[in-house]
Amino acid sequence: MSDTFQLDGASVPFEPGQTVMQAALAAGHYIPHLCYHPEFKPHGSCKLCTVKVGGRTAASCTMPAEVGLNVESNIEEMNGLRRTLVQMLFAEGNHFCPSCEKSGNCMLQALGYDLEVHTAGFRHLYPDRPVDASHPDILLDFNRCILCELCVRASSEVDGKNVFALSGRGITKHLIVNAESGLLKDTDIALTDKAMQVCPVGVILPKRVGFSVPIGKRRYDQRPISAQALDDAPRQADASGSCAACEGTP
Amino acid sequence: MSKKLRIATTSLAGCFGCHMSLLDIDERLFPLLDLIEFDRSPLTDIKHCGPCDIGLIEGGICNAENVHVLHEFRKNCKILIAIGSCAITGGLPAQRNHLDLGSCLTEVYLTEPGLAHGHIPNDPELPLPLDKVHPLHEVVKIDYFIPGCPPSGDAIWKFLTDLIAGRTPELGHGLIKYD
Amino acid sequence: MMADNEIHTADLDPILDRYARDPNALLQVLREVQELHGYIHPSAISYISVKLGIPRARIEGVAGFYSFLHLQPHGEYRVLFSDNITDRMQGSQALMEMMCQQLWLQPGRVSEDGLVSINTTSCTGMCDQGLAMLVNGRAITRLTHQRVQEIGHLIRNRTPLADWPADFFRVEDNIRRSGPLLDNTIAPGDVLHAALALGGKDIVEAVKNSGLRGRGGAGFPTGLKWEACRNAPGEAHHVVCNADEGEPGTFKDRVLLTRQADLVFEGMTLCALAVGAQHGYLYLRGEYRYLLEPLQAILQRRRDNTLLGKNILGQPGFDFDIAIHMGAGAYICGEESALIESLEGKRGVPRSRPPFPVTHGYLQQPTAVDNVETFCSAALAIQMGAENYRAIGTAKSSGSKLISVSGDCPRPGIYEYPFGVSVHEVLQDCGAVNTRAVQVSGPSGMCIAESEFDRKLGFEDLPTAGAFMVFDDSRDLFEVARNFVHFFAHESCGFCTPCRVGTSMLKQTMDKIAAGHGTQYDLSEIEHLDQVLQTSSHCGLGRTACNPVLHTLKRFRPAYENRLKSLDFEPAFDLDGALARARQMTGRDDAGAHLKPEDA
Repeated sequence: MSDTFQLDGASVPFEPGQTVMQAALAAGHYIPHLCYHPEFKPHGSCKLCTVKVGGRTAASCTMPAEVGLNVESNIEEMNGLRRTLVQMLFAEGNHFCPSCEKSGNCMLQALGYDLEVHTAGFRHLYPDRPVDASHPDILLDFNRCILCELCVRASSEVDGKNVFALSGRGITKHLIVNAESGLLKDTDIALTDKAMQVCPVGVILPKRVGFSVPIGKRRYDQRPISAQALDDAPRQADASGSCAACEGTP
Repeated sequence: MSKKLRIATTSLAGCFGCHMSLLDIDERLFPLLDLIEFDRSPLTDIKHCGPCDIGLIEGGICNAENVHVLHEFRKNCKILIAIGSCAITGGLPAQRNHLDLGSCLTEVYLTEPGLAHGHIPNDPELPLPLDKVHPLHEVVKIDYFIPGCPPSGDAIWKFLTDLIAGRTPELGHGLIKYD
Repeated sequence: MMADNEIHTADLDPILDRYARDPNALLQVLREVQELHGYIHPSAISYISVKLGIPRARIEGVAGFYSFLHLQPHGEYRVLFSDNITDRMQGSQALMEMMCQQLWLQPGRVSEDGLVSINTTSCTGMCDQGLAMLVNGRAITRLTHQRVQEIGHLIRNRTPLADWPADFFRVEDNIRRSGPLLDNTIAPGDVLHAALALGGKDIVEAVKNSGLRGRGGAGFPTGLKWEACRNAPGEAHHVVCNADEGEPGTFKDRVLLTRQADLVFEGMTLCALAVGAQHGYLYLRGEYRYLLEPLQAILQRRRDNTLLGKNILGQPGFDFDIAIHMGAGAYICGEESALIESLEGKRGVPRSRPPFPVTHGYLQQPTAVDNVETFCSAALAIQMGAENYRAIGTAKSSGSKLISVSGDCPRPGIYEYPFGVSVHEVLQDCGAVNTRAVQVSGPSGMCIAESEFDRKLGFEDLPTAGAFMVFDDSRDLFEVARNFVHFFAHESCGFCTPCRVGTSMLKQTMDKIAAGHGTQYDLSEIEHLDQVLQTSSHCGLGRTACNPVLHTLKRFRPAYENRLKSLDFEPAFDLDGALARARQMTGRDDAGAHLKPEDA
């Protein structure tokens, strides 16, 4: 019998080395998240997965699971915090959903729906972020970037290419590509790259396929993200730490 | 039955799509009209807003006239609701916000091909554009937001009936949409 | 400034060779390329990318992170005015404006001839030297109207920095009160002799018994840290001295590195013996670039005297050497895990913890990271004996502490006190009168009011990394807080959502209040932001970013309330002002072309 911790009153088993998020997802419990992806090492930057543990708060994706932890996630205090974080991301970038071809498949939007976010609330920053349409097959729309670094990680760790990186800092932090020209067309990105598949929002888009599934019939139009996130996550890690879901995913 | 709630509506820097969606509540307009009556609105053609219970505004703030109308609504409406993407985020008109207004006007009226002898309109009858387009909540206090481009008739119906019944409005999956 | 065709990538080889083409030295390479070319040219990045085997985007990302590195030409002369609140109180803004006029340019822009750019920078650690600026990374102190004009002339005449009057660059130590640390008579090697007699395990015990706690502010027991590092398994252990003294209002490490550099290195070597390290690094903040050559000379002398290198003091197997890494303008690198990332040549982003640096630090090896003053104090404690050291200070805060006093007082400078000294006593010693508030331990610390001046510096009451900024009754504490809020927004690394966005929103809100558009809604907004920053930020920067506002709101609330425009909601901008551009373009000025206040 494995060790357990408490999550919103439920007992969650975990393997040594798992974080609270990993164990929770594996056991079928959803904790909202954006920068966490089951196939990558936890990053801990979006802070959507912040939970309360013994009166303190921590990002559940990076927090090591420990015996006897009392984790509170689905409580108004944490959901209120998540609502504000989603609002911050909407105010920071230019998220104009009506013209975005990722609408309906966008995790940020889906989280906004789930958390009943009706407005960004804050002043919109309206940053100037020109798109990069230089590549014949791929569009980069930086306006929507939430700086989760999933593309950076995927390109480096899976594709072995390092097409993406971050530059700047603070509120001027931004995504860049690996070319002296600064243009995507001069990188070695390919449509088949993992980096093409991990963007939770609408930054990295293959051209000419945007509306093959019409608005209204898309992933998060069907069911809320909270009801679907578990489909992506490995449900039960085997002893070696790898899992069927990870290996099966392209 | 208690007194009908008085509602005013208007479109600022919007496309009237949200108003079309309001009409999309279809036959439910009749029970709704048992509960409410319209003040200033494109539906009534009343030109100025009197004291109201609820104000519904679509569109963001892009010019001086928008500011006047918004202030008139805020002064007269106990509850002010921003409806639709443009009212809530600035929307399509706000796509000019990363550009300088002067260069926008220059390009549109002076340097675009086909506009020889063009000039930037300066008729005092025309409202002057603001340097940036703002969502409503950046200019006045907004009490509620109904997102969507436009929000569906069902979403508007749910929101208004919640509000009229005195419930904190909630949309829930399927009704809350940003697109 | 270099034109494209003037970049000779071959110029870069000596730099790359000096760092043995080590990818971990990327930041050092970039810093030297910047010194050579004035900025980092795209072709230089491509060249370095090939030679160090690092993707060019990652190099661009590193260069883009640090304030002192530029990816575009920034002028032959790059002038940065120190912009701490204490600088502003002495009139730094007016001096900068004057210089911009003299040289015909706008702040942040390069002059059209590519000669010069003028901007502000976070506190340069020269708070007791009058006003200060950095020119091409070199600190110039005691700025006056006249000195700034002279600098303007030197720039116009393209006088090389090396030919500027030496007096411009003079930095005084201003030691006003000394104690066991500053009065020590330890000769180089003394402590190491004592340490060798003890051996690693007993050094750790002695440091534990001395009660020494980290002097960087957090106050973690130094002996426990060394013990954890010593016990951590690893291929190589490392010692890192944190001399990234970035907390505005702090400058005591600068003085220690000037006056007591041997003691700093002795402390690091002592630590190396204790934890079993062979490699040490001094991470020196970019603002203290002028200390690099003197410190390197001292390191060389120590090598020559067998105090560093192989078989130190003839002890077989006692091998330890120290390299100096320069920072490049990033306050966050004072956070130990961000500092380690920076040492590895990366963007200075704090790591997720656990694991902690004592087990997984530099190159994922066990690493002891301590403040400059901590190493000095550890050396002193070994020299004096743990019990004698412990007798100084208070029960939970043993030893003495260097305080950097600045602001409204006639005698700014360095004061050494045993822990437990009251704020009142420090104020008396520095000659401060009519004091309204003291900012203890910098913007991330605590702002206290007159009624609290009997409180005592120490971990029991007011923990401090050393900054002590004095504000008299002519000062507006709202402006103090606003300056600090700008500082945090500028220095946020941008890794996590709450800090990246929250510090900017906080800055906007404070600017809104300052511009006369503030309302009660904005005060609630501040409280909301504070809660989000405190509960969800990745590191201490975000968690403490609201402190200046919260502390001043609590103690000086009228300073905020007096600025509020009304109880109703107000936009953050001037509505009529938002029509100015359209008026200019249309030439209209009729009544309809304005939004009068009564419209609002």
